Amino acid sequence: MNDTKKKAWQSEGVKTSGTPTLEELTQTPGFPSEEFLYAGPVAFIECVEKIPCNPCETACPRGAITIGDNITELPMLDAGKCTGCGLCLPSCPGLAIYVKDYTFEQDRASIIFPFEYLPLPKKGDIVEMVDRFGETLCEGEILMVNTSSRNDQTSLIKAAFDKRHFIGVVSMKRLVT
Amino acid sequence: MVFTDVAVVGAGPAGLSAAIECAEAGANVILIDENTKPGGQLFKQIHKFFGSREHHAGVRGFRIGEELLLRARKLDIDVWLNCEVCGIYGGTELWIVKNRRESRRLKARKIILATGATENAVAFSGWTLPGVMGAGAAQTMINLHRVIPGNRVVMIGSGNVGVIVSYQLLQAGADVIAVVEAAPRLGGYGVHTAKLRRAGVPFFTSHTVLEARGKESVESVVIVRLDEYWKPVAGTEKELEADTVCIAAGLTPLIELAMLAGCEICFIPSLGGHVPVHDRRMRTSIESIYVAGDIAGVEEASTAMEEGRLSGIHASASLGLYSADKEEELSHQIWERLDVLRSGPFGEGRRKAKEKIISMKSMTQ
Repeated sequence: MNDTKKKAWQSEGVKTSGTPTLEELTQTPGFPSEEFLYAGPVAFIECVEKIPCNPCETACPRGAITIGDNITELPMLDAGKCTGCGLCLPSCPGLAIYVKDYTFEQDRASIIFPFEYLPLPKKGDIVEMVDRFGETLCEGEILMVNTSSRNDQTSLIKAAFDKRHFIGVVSMKRLVT
Repeated sequence: MVFTDVAVVGAGPAGLSAAIECAEAGANVILIDENTKPGGQLFKQIHKFFGSREHHAGVRGFRIGEELLLRARKLDIDVWLNCEVCGIYGGTELWIVKNRRESRRLKARKIILATGATENAVAFSGWTLPGVMGAGAAQTMINLHRVIPGNRVVMIGSGNVGVIVSYQLLQAGADVIAVVEAAPRLGGYGVHTAKLRRAGVPFFTSHTVLEARGKESVESVVIVRLDEYWKPVAGTEKELEADTVCIAAGLTPLIELAMLAGCEICFIPSLGGHVPVHDRRMRTSIESIYVAGDIAGVEEASTAMEEGRLSGIHASASLGLYSADKEEELSHQIWERLDVLRSGPFGEGRRKAKEKIISMKSMTQ
């Protein structure tokens, strides 16, 4: 276990603005390190508080997520083992995991994120991609909407968006009925 | 007069779990609830639960409720609905009013009180206007009755109830225009606040609601910044257009029956206020009365279910249905799971508070 990554710390971001800052996230063990960030599909686990929870660990078929016997530990991502399959996404009760792929296309990156609002977007729709603060960064094209019953109403949405916003984009703006 | 081994008051997550344990141990159980349906708050919990697999992690609350009801049905547990428990005598007898008109008496060898908790109110100018409600009430409206209370909501309180209900209001199609928190820091889990934030919901820390304005119902809400002494700072008032104010300012254990029975009560602010003193077996100062769930200190549904099971196991053992060894073994498994749920920065305080209650009980014995 990497002790420096497992140190106890508190995210100021979630306690003040509601969301962890990027700086805080890069210090957590669930965030892919620089080496794997732009190297292909990889999971981003934005879990910054020690709450007793571990479904993501067992959801990963490749053992890329480790929490251990003490289930309040933060999930540690072994980005080298992660293929970006996305099986961990619907397992997270906190909807705190998404998969991004910088190598998706020449100019566009892709993201798969959990989404629990209706109406759902449809394949081909152009939507607004947002950052952690809910600010729109760019447009996104919906590539896939997975509503598999095994995910119990947590839909998985795949979208392509401008690569320049690779780090910022985490989700899409809720659609209005 | 009806006779039974165990009477469980309250058919929420704690009471249902307690009744199931007792029935599995071979006791005759009567489960009583004032509502038209069993399940308590579980059927409003449309979000996925945290924890590990043993705590039903990743499963939505209402599905856990369905599973508990199915088990209760298979065990043929007698469920008395529309029944209010209005009196408790000698630690073994209950006076029940059914359908608000029919009086019943029930004598039980053991009574498990799983009455839950009630929402705290916050008073401000205009708080009696239609549109101002408890967060739990809004949650009942959207998730059980499928009626949206309003379109523009101000949530008071950023604890887990406040942020979870805010998220569910968004899911129901409302806009949450502000989450107002009097403390300088947000209270709920970061994963919940982050979901709201990326949906564009603004948080106002060190703020409170000063006034709800409107003729016949809420039309706008005035919020104000609080200084370090929690006093409103003049000139920082902001008027927000809103039609709904939800109050998520904590819960208070419903201990009336325990008090009526004469159970020893202690005051633990971090668990919601006055709670019946109880031991590791969930037994109160009255030998035949047990408590489980929010009445024993406000926590969450996962801990309530474990406490319910604990009370059921020990009540059954005290009836001679389990050997001392078996009782200890079953109890140990549940305590291990409870300790996990009460770990980490959020759970540690609750664990210590519960230990304090338990140490009080051993002192009085």
